[in-house]
Amino acid sequence: MRRPAHLAAFLLIVGCATGSDPAARGPALGTDIDEADLAVWNIDVRPDGVGLPPGSGSAAEGEPLYAQRCAHCHGIDGTDGPAGPLAGEDVTVGTFWPYATTLFDYLRRAMPYEAPGSLTDDELYALTAHVLHLNGIVGRTARLDRTTLPAVVMPNRQGFRSDWKPR
Amino acid sequence: MDPCPRPAWPTLLTQRPRLKPSDAVGYHAAMRDLTAVAGGGLLHRRAFLGGALAIPGGLVLGSAALAGPLVDPVWSHRPGALPRGYGMPSPAEGHVARIPFTPFPGIAPGAAASFSPLSRLRGRITPNGLHFERHHSGVPAIDPGKHVLAIHGRVKRPLSFRVEDLLRYPTVTRQLFLECAGNSLLQAAPEPSEKPCAVIHGLVSCSEWTGVPLSVLLDEVGPTEEAHWAIAEGADAARMNRSVPMEKLFDDALIALYQNGERLRPEQGYPLRLLLPGWEGNTSVKWLRRLELAPGPVHSREETARYSDRLADGKALQFTFEMGVKSVITHPSAGLDLSGSGLYELSGICWSGAGRVRRVEVSADGGASWADAELEAPVLSRCLARFRIPWHWQGGPALLLSRATDETGATQPSRDVWLERYAPAQIYHCNAIQAWQVEPSGRVRAAFT
Repeated sequence: MRRPAHLAAFLLIVGCATGSDPAARGPALGTDIDEADLAVWNIDVRPDGVGLPPGSGSAAEGEPLYAQRCAHCHGIDGTDGPAGPLAGEDVTVGTFWPYATTLFDYLRRAMPYEAPGSLTDDELYALTAHVLHLNGIVGRTARLDRTTLPAVVMPNRQGFRSDWKPR
Repeated sequence: MDPCPRPAWPTLLTQRPRLKPSDAVGYHAAMRDLTAVAGGGLLHRRAFLGGALAIPGGLVLGSAALAGPLVDPVWSHRPGALPRGYGMPSPAEGHVARIPFTPFPGIAPGAAASFSPLSRLRGRITPNGLHFERHHSGVPAIDPGKHVLAIHGRVKRPLSFRVEDLLRYPTVTRQLFLECAGNSLLQAAPEPSEKPCAVIHGLVSCSEWTGVPLSVLLDEVGPTEEAHWAIAEGADAARMNRSVPMEKLFDDALIALYQNGERLRPEQGYPLRLLLPGWEGNTSVKWLRRLELAPGPVHSREETARYSDRLADGKALQFTFEMGVKSVITHPSAGLDLSGSGLYELSGICWSGAGRVRRVEVSADGGASWADAELEAPVLSRCLARFRIPWHWQGGPALLLSRATDETGATQPSRDVWLERYAPAQIYHCNAIQAWQVEPSGRVRAAFT
């Protein structure tokens, strides 16, 4: 880019790469990446179930796992742990959370605190089911999977509204 | 109350003859500003600026007598320390530090915060080592050579950007405040806090941020017509994520790379973070690694169970992004006591997520009367500004308040008005007026009016 001819060539390359005006606002250094490459990072789960993996679990299966991995912070019933309640009268999964899918997302994303990402998908479904069971939302033997979990209706589903208004 | 050595500032002017408002009345024109402009001893906001603080008898304020004869100190007779690679504050300032807060020390030590020592700072910019912190799972130790930002989802061409790539992009620089949505939550408690100002209000800081306008990168990936929101996700162990409307990302969002001239500190998102001017701090996702453009929000835990506002009618309001107009007196404040009656400069910080602060009023009598404070120029949009007003404390009880109004006309609410809107459990977006009770001893503590 020491001479105008080089600059013109540079801008031409940038223009081709972006398919846009050669006078691009940046040097267009992005590298192509596809969704398959991003699968290891993309762990979003949406309320409609998009993002949920195969697998399944029940509260009965989740109970011993919960005792082993979760109870030391959240209490055996989800009501009296040092990390704040998951169940009971307070602001909890059962009284406040609008979507059951968010529970799966958060468990997979960030729990257990000391080792996030260490649970299998079946374990995540089982723990999700157990926490919902502690809140009286699903039965002990109900199987949750990518189809049944999004169908769970949370008690406070209608308790939210959005403040965002596009300008 | 004050765990640190008392700073020198309150002793300023205190050894001089006391000035009564009546001393100034009737003096020549330059003295007019010494007239109290509101109850409790508030003086005209420019009284300190005009050189008018001469008092009857010929003494000029600011000329205190020395305690003893001058000595020629040892540091004037011995060569000093050598230059060094990275400078540090004077050891005498070692007490000026953030105040860590770890609510779950045994089980989740990284789900923590630290408060910026607001009453130890002046000006508008927060030093990088004193910027407040809020982490959901600690500060990740990121190798910048292995970190990339991916922008994908509803785009024509998903791309990843290495840090070294982003450092070659054109940048913009802006001074901006950053405030945690949960700042000042102690104002929502049933009783006034006994904590110092920093712990009540110290989850706000202000930096000069330099970064790549996100709109430049968005142009490169080409959002599709279905892209209305983006889900921003960090590379920390919480993989903390928030949904953000595309309007904001095209408007003024930055991929911040520098803070106050140097690369981001690890606790502020090194090597890069999202920065959304004026919006609740949690949305300015640190250690940003992924932006997924989508038709709607993902309804993550941090935008449903947390960071949603519990209203008085029982509903919860999601996506209340903008931080409200706010001010707080930092000098004096809880933890920074007065050392005797006399003249003081009341000083504090103000800000608004909606734009510029237009006005700050101060009361020294619990809101019975108010006076305009001086706003130090330039007052920038979505940036801290400092206000100040001279005050003659006559040594009695005083109740200090400040009230900011921004360029949209929004005014900081009283605590009662703020509380009326929300359920008792609400802890976010508290911008209620702070009252500081000054006791005759000079002690300052938080109060409710």
